[in-house]
Amino acid sequence: MDKRRNTEVTQNNAPIAEALDKHINNRVVRFDVPGHKGGRGDKELTDFFGERLLKIDVNSMKNLDNLSHPVSVIKDAQDLAAEAFGAKDCFFIVNGTTQAVQTMVMSACKAGDKIIMPRNVHKSAINSLVVCGAVPVYINPGINKRLGIALGMSVKDIEKAIEEHPDAKAILINNPTYYGICSDLEKIVEVAHKNNMLVLVDEAHGTHFYFGDNMPVSAMAAGADMAAVSIHKTGGSLTQSSILLCGESVDDNFVDYVRQIISLTQSTSASYLLMASLDIARKSLSLYGKEMFKKTVEFAEYARGEINKLGGYYAYDEEIIDGDAVFNFDKTKLSINTRDIGLAGIEVYDILRDEYGIQIEFGDLGNILAIISAGDRYMEIERLISALAEIKRIYSKDPVGMFDHDYINPEVIVAPQKAFYSSKKSVPIHESSGKISGEFIMAYPPGIPVLAPGEKITDEIISYVDYAKEKGSLLMGTQDMDVENINVVVEE
Amino acid sequence: MELWYTEEHTSNVKFSMKVDKQIVSLQSDFQRIDVFESYEFGKVLVLDGFLMITEKDEFIYHEMIVHVPMAVNPNIKKVLVIGAGDGGTVRELTRYNNIEQIDMVEIDEKVVEVCKEHIPQTACKLTDERVNLYFEDGLKFVRTKHDEYDLIIVDSTDPFGPGEDLFTKEFYGNCFKALKEDGILVNQHESPYYTNDAIAMQRAHEKIKSVFEVARVYQVHIPTYPSGHWMFGFASKKYDPIKHLNEEAWNFLNIKTKYYNTDLHKGSFAIPNYVKELLNYDK
Repeated sequence: MDKRRNTEVTQNNAPIAEALDKHINNRVVRFDVPGHKGGRGDKELTDFFGERLLKIDVNSMKNLDNLSHPVSVIKDAQDLAAEAFGAKDCFFIVNGTTQAVQTMVMSACKAGDKIIMPRNVHKSAINSLVVCGAVPVYINPGINKRLGIALGMSVKDIEKAIEEHPDAKAILINNPTYYGICSDLEKIVEVAHKNNMLVLVDEAHGTHFYFGDNMPVSAMAAGADMAAVSIHKTGGSLTQSSILLCGESVDDNFVDYVRQIISLTQSTSASYLLMASLDIARKSLSLYGKEMFKKTVEFAEYARGEINKLGGYYAYDEEIIDGDAVFNFDKTKLSINTRDIGLAGIEVYDILRDEYGIQIEFGDLGNILAIISAGDRYMEIERLISALAEIKRIYSKDPVGMFDHDYINPEVIVAPQKAFYSSKKSVPIHESSGKISGEFIMAYPPGIPVLAPGEKITDEIISYVDYAKEKGSLLMGTQDMDVENINVVVEE
Repeated sequence: MELWYTEEHTSNVKFSMKVDKQIVSLQSDFQRIDVFESYEFGKVLVLDGFLMITEKDEFIYHEMIVHVPMAVNPNIKKVLVIGAGDGGTVRELTRYNNIEQIDMVEIDEKVVEVCKEHIPQTACKLTDERVNLYFEDGLKFVRTKHDEYDLIIVDSTDPFGPGEDLFTKEFYGNCFKALKEDGILVNQHESPYYTNDAIAMQRAHEKIKSVFEVARVYQVHIPTYPSGHWMFGFASKKYDPIKHLNEEAWNFLNIKTKYYNTDLHKGSFAIPNYVKELLNYDK
């Protein structure tokens, strides 16, 4: 493939979007898929989505390039994104950041290879172990007792894991975490590279690190080998669109291998809506990102100050930085601990939606998280603050009896792939203690597994599941949709 | 040459008036502000294209939003007014000598500036020494107040644009908290007639009802508002607007009004059946 960059396009261009515009204006007669033919085939569909959107919903063709083998406008758009993110190469991903994370793991590991990762990774990472057969070496992420949230990765813990597993192929890091906690990426990259391990960063919530001022260091700037970036989360593209970045440290051969791995799981009918949205979002980020994220931080800082004045809530900030497991904090995140008003985060999350018409990102047992972006206005921020004031006035309880959440250190008995594909039988959850789980249980959001395939089920895990259910958390992952029964590995 | 100002009352219904000239047209940080000199209605204040007041019929709105609560509790001393940048509500309040303090919170200072200069008919009493003007978000202001006011009047624009947050449950809840134990909340309550206005009216009533023990609506006839049939809300921690109407005390004050009287007070709470149904009123 031609590696030369097209010098005719700059960050002011959006090559895919421009090509789509041109294509529509050419009024090409459609004898290809999609069958709705620009919306003419279904009036209801057109009325619902709007004519323009359906006209743009086209399939790959010569003048629009092909995501599986990009040579023209998609290549240009990916190259511009690589340039904007300071990466060697960039792949547009249309099957969610889940696919980007799975591609990283599957590119770095083959069956039986070890990979070091914190246990509080997104389920997509552990799912990739089920698919490719790699074996996890989990690092206990540590817990902030006051907040009940998992922290970043401590360099010391990583060094220890490397010493014990020098044959591991890669380290996967969650940076920032959903709550905005960052690890010492630069140091981790240094340690990993010294030991010939790849550094893969799940940067799903970190798009803004590449564009804002005074942000924690981004994966590419820290020298990581690969990063999965959910542009749709804080970067403004459409839901499910994402990018996968390769750093300067990887060679061309590896980049081509990554493309092959992507094509194992990526749709061959990649949506032009998603790709054009990535293209336009990258352009906006390049041109206006600094300003956008300045505004975002201002909103978040204001909200934190006002919420902390309400009392009973703790909207945390840089004071939780400890130079190790909390190496840095992402100030755009509005994470609020709700313990002192005697309500679980998930309860506040539900009340906000059901009583006040305010949808926030998630609530866990002790915290809620509101996503703030440049798209917000002070009016909505005021509504959130005022609703929290009302919830405290009307619903607050004595905090006694709140679950003292601790990190549940999993005991991995069998590799995830082996456990998932072994003979299993379904047993009631309450009778499963001591058995090996054959599937996942997770509370969603944030989608971090409570239990993964191959791990030993304990009384502690069962009581955590009960408590999360009681507080209204949405549990999922088991074959049994009600999460009453669990598939356990039949031991021979 | 003819100049006409037209407001869309719905996407299929227009209301137009012939104007002599446009006196003001500017964009503030929050909205577009226009003032017209019209032949039929005198000066007209328009925000984001929506008619707010006219010199000819503003008395109906302002008398009804102020004198109804004042006749229920003539001992009201401390009042919070939210919105009301034209000053008409404050003008009516200043007619009560026993009111000691009027805090007015308007998000858009430009509206007050424009009205002071061009519509003194309503803005004339904003300089009364009992009046404190605050230019900030009403929701933010009320959030910091506890057990402080006898009366809160929400004289707002529609539930989209800068007045949107004044139609939320968190706003009504924070008003409840800012009111004393016998406090009254009166608010601009949209209209039952055209569908979109009716939905806004239903939503507002549902939310107020979930916060206050007493939540009633009363009607008023405003010729320049969509359909002319408009509603105000009366909510309170304990006063019933008819049972506790203090006719004698109010009439003793001898305040001269053009629209309001204590008979009309009682009548305005009698509402048509279709409106009762929209509001699930007797349930």
